[in-house]
Amino acid sequence: MNSVGEGCTELKREYDQCFNRWFAEKFLKGDRSGDPCIEMFKSYQQCVQKAIKDKDIPIEGVEFMGPNKEKPGS
Amino acid sequence: MVKYFLGLSVLKSSWDQVFVAFWQRYPNPYSKHVLTEDILFREVTPDNRLISRRLLTKTNRVPRWTEKYLPSNMGRSAYVIEDSIVDPQSRTLTTFTWNISHARYMAVEERCVYGVNPDNNSWTEIKREAWISSNLFGLSRALQEFGLARFKSSVTKTMKGFEFILAKMQGGTPSRTLAETAKEATDKVKETALAATEKAKDLACHAQKKQQYV
Repeated sequence: MNSVGEGCTELKREYDQCFNRWFAEKFLKGDRSGDPCIEMFKSYQQCVQKAIKDKDIPIEGVEFMGPNKEKPGS
Repeated sequence: MVKYFLGLSVLKSSWDQVFVAFWQRYPNPYSKHVLTEDILFREVTPDNRLISRRLLTKTNRVPRWTEKYLPSNMGRSAYVIEDSIVDPQSRTLTTFTWNISHARYMAVEERCVYGVNPDNNSWTEIKREAWISSNLFGLSRALQEFGLARFKSSVTKTMKGFEFILAKMQGGTPSRTLAETAKEATDKVKETALAATEKAKDLACHAQKKQQYV
């Protein structure tokens, strides 16, 4: 799957591979030894955040699950 | 005015397989309208839950009849954010998804809770709620009908996409269990879309008399 930043897709793929392995083999099995993909994530993020600024994608200040607060049963 | 949708789906795979598939479901044959996917934020909380934010770019699929009522510079791609919490202790995955572009035209918000199926604990159930609203004068009802019909059709594609990826992960051929329900869903969608087109024609006549700028 492509990244929104055209030059970030490779970095995204590397990070995704690391994450998917850790998620299935460690995290879901209750292993709390921590996320080994942090450095890869940082590189990927630097690229993506720049692309988001360049494309003016309105993600600034959007609170985590923000609109869910007004919903019944939340 | 808001349209509300509530649905319950079942995947015949275990919760951990579904949670793994959740992060790998794009691309799949049913997701041609999803153009890009990015994780913008991710963290393991002190109580060992994984919170993430995913940004998706999707094609802006709108019916022809709306085009003359919308600004010509309205983007072709829509941006959607999906926030999620994976809790391996309770074996639940909660997501909240909404569009951050085109919201004045139509706002679609969806909340899902994935968990172990209470009747068969090797299956996973998904409780899905959605709220669809539109504020455009005169067109909102028809747009909401369209929005709801499109959402239902998306749900079918989502489930097919999941089954496809799960089958691939498990080394088998994709199951046909959804085939009948999918046909039913498509027929219902056609009906609703037709009803929306009729209403829209009606409203379009009224709207033309009062021009609105978005």
